[in-house]
Amino acid sequence: MFDLRDLYQEVIVDHNRNPRNFGNMDDADRTAEGFNPLCGDRLNLYLKLDGDRIADVRFDGGGCAISVASASLMTDAMKGKTLAEAEQLFSDFHRLITGDQSAGLDQAERLGKLTALLGVKAYPTRVKCATLCWHTLRSALEGRETVVSTE
Amino acid sequence: MNSENIAPKIRAAAAPDIEAIRADFPILQQQVYGKPLVYLDNAATSQKPAKVIETLDSYYREYNANIHRGIHFLSERATSAYEDAREKVRLFMNAASTREIIFVRGTTEGINLVAQSYGRSRLQAGDEIIISEMEHHSNIVPWQILCKQTGAVLKVIPINDAGELILEEYERLLGPKTRLVAVGHISNALGTINPVEQIIAMAHRHGAVVLIDGAQAAPHMTIDVQALGCEFYAFSGHKLFGPTGTGVLYGRQSLLETMPPYHGGGDMIKKVTLAETTYNDLPYKFEAGTPHIAGVIGLGAAIDYVQGIGLHAIAAHENELLAYAVSAIRDIPGLKFIGTARERVSIVSFIMDGIHPHDIGTILDRQGIAIRTGHHCAMPVMDHFHVPATARASIAFYNTFAEIDRLVQGLEKCREVFR
Repeated sequence: MFDLRDLYQEVIVDHNRNPRNFGNMDDADRTAEGFNPLCGDRLNLYLKLDGDRIADVRFDGGGCAISVASASLMTDAMKGKTLAEAEQLFSDFHRLITGDQSAGLDQAERLGKLTALLGVKAYPTRVKCATLCWHTLRSALEGRETVVSTE
Repeated sequence: MNSENIAPKIRAAAAPDIEAIRADFPILQQQVYGKPLVYLDNAATSQKPAKVIETLDSYYREYNANIHRGIHFLSERATSAYEDAREKVRLFMNAASTREIIFVRGTTEGINLVAQSYGRSRLQAGDEIIISEMEHHSNIVPWQILCKQTGAVLKVIPINDAGELILEEYERLLGPKTRLVAVGHISNALGTINPVEQIIAMAHRHGAVVLIDGAQAAPHMTIDVQALGCEFYAFSGHKLFGPTGTGVLYGRQSLLETMPPYHGGGDMIKKVTLAETTYNDLPYKFEAGTPHIAGVIGLGAAIDYVQGIGLHAIAAHENELLAYAVSAIRDIPGLKFIGTARERVSIVSFIMDGIHPHDIGTILDRQGIAIRTGHHCAMPVMDHFHVPATARASIAFYNTFAEIDRLVQGLEKCREVFR
């Protein structure tokens, strides 16, 4: 059980069962759609901007516990961030979850609760589940139109 | 759990010596994450007995040579082993002649061959092709491509909520424009055994030609193409305990003779000038280029192995395992089967309340249990049941009742993690 709990930490299980910021947004400034064709995970991301700040971010769709918890934790962390801060968080998260050895304590500290997702590093086939929402967010921030695919 | 109550009765009925059979499969002897491997992903690909592995090894060590052209000793030996395998396949499917047995890379290539050679040369705009809602993508996409090329129209037999074909709807789809019916013998996502004899007879009443996708049937049941009466039948070697990259297309000789080649190249010709080519006789007309010689000989060894146990004994043991598995996991709270056909093989597809199939797959994997999760290359089936994916345990003759118990314990662990 020990190693499974590294992946399915209480925070993950909780955010999967009760995802935060879940639901669509009628007055979104930006939207993006993410899709993992291997497992069928699909999520829509909705952004409301206030100048260069993320005023609100929500998501809906369906997927495995890792993808839902990741989207829930990410949207929580992104609220109120400036676009530069959001980009920094994306970069920190990406470096840590892909096992970039040069990533250090600074990155881990900035991630806060998001570190709960780092257990996925030991499960290479599941990393895409955790990163799908992040790539979808980046696509929304950049205003791209195409569906984000993990493949 | 109920499973414990029915176990002894069922165990007593099991005929083959499963422990002896398991010893024939080197890969099954290993541990995964410190636990004995439980391999329940047989519908994706099955494991290989030592005899098959040794056959590949001895081909490469002792008589690796190209076939049908060398006059030297090694080439003669390789050619004879390759053609022996063709005869084994002929007997396995009860085809009338080895001219009707074409070696391909797998079921997918077999279906594409029929679509492109038979379909493209015969079908015209407005002609109709019938497939079913439960097909694997490899029995959907080649026909969609053919429809785009010819203007033919694809019609789809719907399924009911048990995962069975609705034959009344099939009857309604058949008509004077129906040219071809392509249906799976067994659904890889649901385990349903389709009434192919009836499907073939109904198609023939309308003058349509029938292809059966036998990828999931070959490892589980006796195939008799003459009794079935279908024009084409395809299966894969790797699901029949043989090497990957091997497969068989059976085609009725009278049709194959009039069909244009699929691929052009060496071995499929009698004479080539720069102006024109005379094609070779069957089956070589459809086997351009150097084939997977070792693999085909290995497939012959796999067929020998399976027939050594006997498909009736295999089916009997698998049916007992299926009944045991269904009754054992049925009682897990929140578990729902996807596919409950009356006629089915040992494939169990399911979902669990609040636990995504991928999480089930990961949690089972860490306990050494290999299942498949996802859409199983049958997205229309997932759409029918309004699920993005299922978890699928697919059972082979070398699986045991104890392994089903491990699966049940693993699923209990899934519930524990998500409690």
